[in-house]
Amino acid sequence: MTAFDVDVKEGVDQETVDAVKSLSGTYKHGWSTDIEMDYAPKGLNEDIVRLISEKNNEPQWMLDWRLAAFARWQQMEEPEWAMVHYPKIDFQDQYYYARPKSMAEKPKSLDDVDPKLLETYKKLGIPLKEQMILAGVEGAENADENRKVAVDAVFDSVSVGTTFQAELKKAGVIFCSISDAIQDHPELVRKYLGSVVPQSDNFYATLNSAVFSDGSFVYVPPGVRCPMELSTYFRINAENTGQFERTLIICDKEAYVSYLEGCTAPMRDTIQLHAAVVELVLLDDAEIKYSTVQNWFPGDDEGKGGIYNFVTKRADCRGDRSKVMWTQVETGSAVTWKYPSCILRGDDSQGEFYSIAIANNYQQADTGTKMVHLGKNTKSRIVSKGISAGKAQNTYRGLVSMHPKAKNSRNFTQCDSLLIGDKCGAHTVPYIEVRNNSSRVEHEATTSKVDDDQLFYCRSRGMDEEEAVALVVNGFCKEVLQALPMEFAMEAQQLVAISLEGSVG
Amino acid sequence: MALPKLKSDVTAARIAALTMPDGAAWAQEARKDALNRLQTIGLPHRRDEYWRYTTPDTLNTPDAADAAVFHSDESPVFGEIDQLKIVFVDGVFDADASDDLTLAGVEIERLETAAQADIHWARDLYGVLESRGQTPVARPLAALNTAFSTDGIVIRVTGQAARPVSLVYLHEDTSSDAILHHLVKVEQGANLTLLENGPAASRFNNVLEVEVADTGTFNHVRVQGRDHERRAATHIFTRLGRESTFKSFTLTVNGVLTRNECVIELTGDDAVAHVAGAALGDGDFHHDDTVFVTHDAVNCESRQVFKKVLRNGATGVFQGKILVKNPAQKTDGYQISQALLLDDDAQFLAKPELEIYADDVVCSHGSTTGSIDDTALFYLRSRGLPKDEARDLLVLSFLAEALEEIDDPALTEDMTTRLEAWLARHRR
Repeated sequence: MTAFDVDVKEGVDQETVDAVKSLSGTYKHGWSTDIEMDYAPKGLNEDIVRLISEKNNEPQWMLDWRLAAFARWQQMEEPEWAMVHYPKIDFQDQYYYARPKSMAEKPKSLDDVDPKLLETYKKLGIPLKEQMILAGVEGAENADENRKVAVDAVFDSVSVGTTFQAELKKAGVIFCSISDAIQDHPELVRKYLGSVVPQSDNFYATLNSAVFSDGSFVYVPPGVRCPMELSTYFRINAENTGQFERTLIICDKEAYVSYLEGCTAPMRDTIQLHAAVVELVLLDDAEIKYSTVQNWFPGDDEGKGGIYNFVTKRADCRGDRSKVMWTQVETGSAVTWKYPSCILRGDDSQGEFYSIAIANNYQQADTGTKMVHLGKNTKSRIVSKGISAGKAQNTYRGLVSMHPKAKNSRNFTQCDSLLIGDKCGAHTVPYIEVRNNSSRVEHEATTSKVDDDQLFYCRSRGMDEEEAVALVVNGFCKEVLQALPMEFAMEAQQLVAISLEGSVG
Repeated sequence: MALPKLKSDVTAARIAALTMPDGAAWAQEARKDALNRLQTIGLPHRRDEYWRYTTPDTLNTPDAADAAVFHSDESPVFGEIDQLKIVFVDGVFDADASDDLTLAGVEIERLETAAQADIHWARDLYGVLESRGQTPVARPLAALNTAFSTDGIVIRVTGQAARPVSLVYLHEDTSSDAILHHLVKVEQGANLTLLENGPAASRFNNVLEVEVADTGTFNHVRVQGRDHERRAATHIFTRLGRESTFKSFTLTVNGVLTRNECVIELTGDDAVAHVAGAALGDGDFHHDDTVFVTHDAVNCESRQVFKKVLRNGATGVFQGKILVKNPAQKTDGYQISQALLLDDDAQFLAKPELEIYADDVVCSHGSTTGSIDDTALFYLRSRGLPKDEARDLLVLSFLAEALEEIDDPALTEDMTTRLEAWLARHRR
């Protein structure tokens, strides 16, 4: 692959340029940082739950909540319906808590953070302290306010730093780690935590409820348009640790926020578990854009190692005219099990889901969405693009449900699958439930291979085969890439090409 | 894995109420194997993945619930068609009402007779396709049928059948529980059309196993009976050889519960399979089409077209799956399921699935649900059509795509007349 040249605008940090450049290789995030870690003992029992709660200095109600979840989890069985196959996970062979030693005391500012940690983030390409201005797109003469991104970074189990606090405070936006939120805003956390994804929702969500270590918390007060994009970067560093983060975003009346999420992990030949829960609450006229670029280590060419990504994400459009948009680019993880959903409760609320899922080598992805229409005149749109290469299996699984009271609602679903190579699989499992006649539901799905004519054309223009495939695939994904915020769109486009490396020929 | 207690109890109770018929050693063996399968998988439960939209309880009970017999003065279905008629009354063969079982190029026998013969071709088909069809999705009611079927028709087609063979199922006893099992073997280059119609019984469990050899053709047109209170679970299992053709169309009007499963295996290159259905339901009508198409050969074509018109609390279910195995390159798979909901109480539940392991394929599925297009209705009314007629016209045009799947124009015509009559009867 040719080096990726960035048309650098003035004022762009060299670090950012390098970060973008570095995307044009294979899995670049495969290093690990040698940082002294503070582990909880391996395994899972009530004491571990208590320990996690204690480490985070949590109030009694939080501990009780966790313990209730844990008690429930012990009675639950691991779901087997997804089209993914992997050896049984030994839940006792995991660390449920790992914290960089230097974080035992929370740093007052980023200056207090272990330089090694900061180095880690530099490698990740997140200029924590810098404005994240990207190159060459849009006619942005100067970096305007909108190009700022506030970042909360979660390293193994702990949130290590959140930028732009002051500016956010001015706008009234609360953006902090969930452990801080439990301390500082217990009334909000108590009110909303678990209100979208209940404690006992499913096996992994319940596990998360019991042992979640940290995550991000956002509250946007009524009428506020969050002045910058908020971002969380998740990194699993330590070996054999599970990462269980919990994100809670509350968008009050007429508020707006755009939230970005990125994930990476080192290359290890043992599997690592990631079971996150994301809850979004939208009141009247609120809008949330939630974008994910998931690039966890997918395992090596032989399918060894990698992350098991079992995530529960759900948005509750409680308010009338609220709108939520999930956009995801899933290129990493050995096994993905993820269905960002929308509960369209408020009248005239809208849910959108745009997804690109790429599975190469031995990756397995079972992903999709649920659109539950409860309110009148609700609208939803699903665009899912699945790409399989190598020996990978890629499944779209989705639900569109129109309840009897959801009059005049509308859904459009399109899921397309692309197969590259004859050893992979692409599957579609939609559930469509329509219980009233004033709603319209349309579902369309196609499966095809990369068009030979298109490939031939690209090659006749001098591209090598991999570039040509990357271009065709990017074209296939265009509708979804366009839905991403600009910074992510570029990264995602590169990721698409990288993930497919070695899949041709 | 042992069955959950709930399932094993229901299964045991049902089995206890049935008697396995006598027959030659091969038939007994096939029935015992099927019984084993049934005991292993157990009768369906509404928590089973493929029964999530249809509650199977009334199909599982030891005795069939009573179902009133519907008398009508309408002309019999397929009445105008030249056919060889075979009549079953409440699942019992009626020799007097049936035609003589002779037809050039076709051997026709009762299952009861065939099962007594020590050497019979039926041995290689009875329960064979049903057993293959149990994976990856279990079809317990079909296994039950193989184990306990009381009668049926076995047909071997060696040439071009001059007339369609027509199975007529009459319902006279309000508490009848019929289990029929038919076999059709279409030899190389042979051709048969099979017609089926009638309510059959209060509860009807029907299995049809069809083996189509290379270049053979099998056409199937079925009209499921008018008796509203009847319950039916039907299965078609078919395996297709090279360049063979299989086409099946089902029209369902009324019926408190109908579950039609169709399991198609394309095992020879260049084979074609079309399966289509039109269903009209009013009130406590529940209709379920469950289709599973497996492509296991090169350059095959499969097509599923299902249309349902539902009103007044009626429920339509469609579960269709196309599985393209790795060797099945150049597959062309198509699937469409559409529902027209005439009022707000009706519901349509669909699960159109694709599972694809070959890369050089074109597979697509579509599913839409909605009400009658007001603009189209307005247009027709502006042309002077009364509202009812305009609506009926739109419903018929909606169903047309499914009706077009029938090859024989005379049969299409017959079906269209039935639909028009149903619509006229159900006008408000």
